[in-house]
Amino acid sequence: MNRLNTHFNNLKNKNEKALILYITAGDPNINTTFEIMKALAENGADCIELGIPFSDPMADGPVIQRASTRALKNDVNVDLIFSIVKRFREHFQTPMVLMGYFNTILRYGMEAFVDTFKKAGGDGLIIADLPYEEGEDFENICKTRDVSLIYLISPEMGSERTRNILSVTDGFVYCISHYGTTGGESKTENLDGIIDSIKSMTDLPVAVGFGISTLQQARNAGRIADGIIIGSWLIKELEKTNDKPKVASQFTKTLKQAIS
Amino acid sequence: MRKRGYFGIFGGQFVPELLMPALLELEQAYEKYINDVQFKRELSYLFKNYAGRPTPIYYAKNFTRIAGGARILLKREDLNHTGSHKLNNCLGQALLAKNMGKKRIIAETGAGQHGVATATACALLGLECHVYMGKEDTIRQELNVFRMKMLGTEVIPVESGTQTLKDAINEAMRDWVTTVKTTHYIIGSVVGPHPFPIMVRNFQSIIGQEALQQLPEYGIDIPDYIIACVGGGSNAMGIFHPFVDTKARLIGVEAGGRGANVGDHSSSLGRGEQGVFHGKRSYFLQNEYGQISPAHSIAAGLDYPGVGPEHAYYKETGRAQYVSITDEEAIYAYKKLAREEGIIPALESAHALAYALKLAPTIPESQTILINLSGRGDKDIITTKIN
Repeated sequence: MNRLNTHFNNLKNKNEKALILYITAGDPNINTTFEIMKALAENGADCIELGIPFSDPMADGPVIQRASTRALKNDVNVDLIFSIVKRFREHFQTPMVLMGYFNTILRYGMEAFVDTFKKAGGDGLIIADLPYEEGEDFENICKTRDVSLIYLISPEMGSERTRNILSVTDGFVYCISHYGTTGGESKTENLDGIIDSIKSMTDLPVAVGFGISTLQQARNAGRIADGIIIGSWLIKELEKTNDKPKVASQFTKTLKQAIS
Repeated sequence: MRKRGYFGIFGGQFVPELLMPALLELEQAYEKYINDVQFKRELSYLFKNYAGRPTPIYYAKNFTRIAGGARILLKREDLNHTGSHKLNNCLGQALLAKNMGKKRIIAETGAGQHGVATATACALLGLECHVYMGKEDTIRQELNVFRMKMLGTEVIPVESGTQTLKDAINEAMRDWVTTVKTTHYIIGSVVGPHPFPIMVRNFQSIIGQEALQQLPEYGIDIPDYIIACVGGGSNAMGIFHPFVDTKARLIGVEAGGRGANVGDHSSSLGRGEQGVFHGKRSYFLQNEYGQISPAHSIAAGLDYPGVGPEHAYYKETGRAQYVSITDEEAIYAYKKLAREEGIIPALESAHALAYALKLAPTIPESQTILINLSGRGDKDIITTKIN
């Protein structure tokens, strides 16, 4: 049981929904990222998803691409990211998840990456380009170190594939709400039915992400799912301001309220 | 074991979850149609009567003389319709997409040869076509942009990243995750996730299969050396693969660009490291944290920081040897072939020619080098004039 598992259990017992917030690490610099993480945690975020900037983020839309580019201009790297996870963990118990591309992990060394992340106080990993087919080795490495490997699940339903993924995913189920890159327009019909169907197949909490960009969408997704994941919308709001921790605080409060 | 599509430890399917159903569908359709009599008949009709295959093998006597050694034969893919080997794969994939009921095609292109070939196959088969092309490439290969537009294709300049082939692939992938239900992505080389490397190689293998038939005309069954340029590696794989179980020595020529520094070359096999990118495990130019490095080559079609997984496998097993040729050497060979043989080669293919100029004098005249002359060089006139 890591922090993700216990925190989501607590939420379930209290009948609360989870607010999972994504920011890109090092956007615009590593210290600001730390201040934003503090603001998210202090105002009720249930999980912080920290994006590892990648030179070629092919699963991401324009907003996260921009964030990635800004971070890489400042030479942000995995070691720096581990260091802020560690710093954060000295003050907060909010579950921490890293999201990135597989080459980053492979280059670092799969075991070394998970070991270092765990030691820094990390809880889960989401890898944009590691589907079920390729995940077997890495899954085992994560499992033995009690780090949750969180697979994504597409809106295509009823398949054997969904069951297979559900049988190995951990932490929470990351349900993609529509076909597209991150931050795209959300327009999936029958999202309720899709989430219901996933919930009937698993005991894990089901969170919905990709393209939530209005309070109404957040409320709708929060009504049916166990949690919502917001990234591009938050980054867009942060791009507009110089006082990023303040905007991050307000954003978290507003969203947490919207889904409670 | 859940994973599929490997050559040793290379290959695989490292893509966003949203694309997995499409890859599974494609794999099934490919396996069905590749053995379908009607499909095979239609494709071979198009190869023969539309593309103009088989392309000849030509004994380049003058070029052999100035090289000063082994006999040099050219497999004339420059004479294939649209001016390069790229059409072989595009006809195959477009026909497959049509059979799968897909109405919309996307593709990436570097030099524009794959873009033009895709646009051509789509015009022929009545498919809607959109081609992603790095903005820098739209400028240096402007002629091919005009050709694609003439063929009814929308060319989308990509302004992210290095504005070259790798960024065009990123953008095409982003399009595909959004439109995957109606769209087929015609990847132009032996790269990307399974089944693309195998499928593209098989469609391109017509090059080597024809060569096996044609070589007896020159008194040999198997050449001593086969040389081809390698960006992603489709023309090389097309000519290598049918000869894998023979004694022919296979040499892939990567772009050495301006030198050995990061950002100055595209030698993924020679100077890259193992990694995972664009759907496959292979060799890539990257930094210590796994960020993909910018590539460079004067030949836009070689300007890519990765390489097909089967080439990575051939490198590991030693079945093929990989070398590099600089921009300057490629331009020299480009001009030599034009002057000596009246054939203007693509700058990509000129890398293979340049290596032959180095190799030929070191081996006896009794031996034969077969070069895949993968494309023609009209598109490169401006570039070579400037340089």
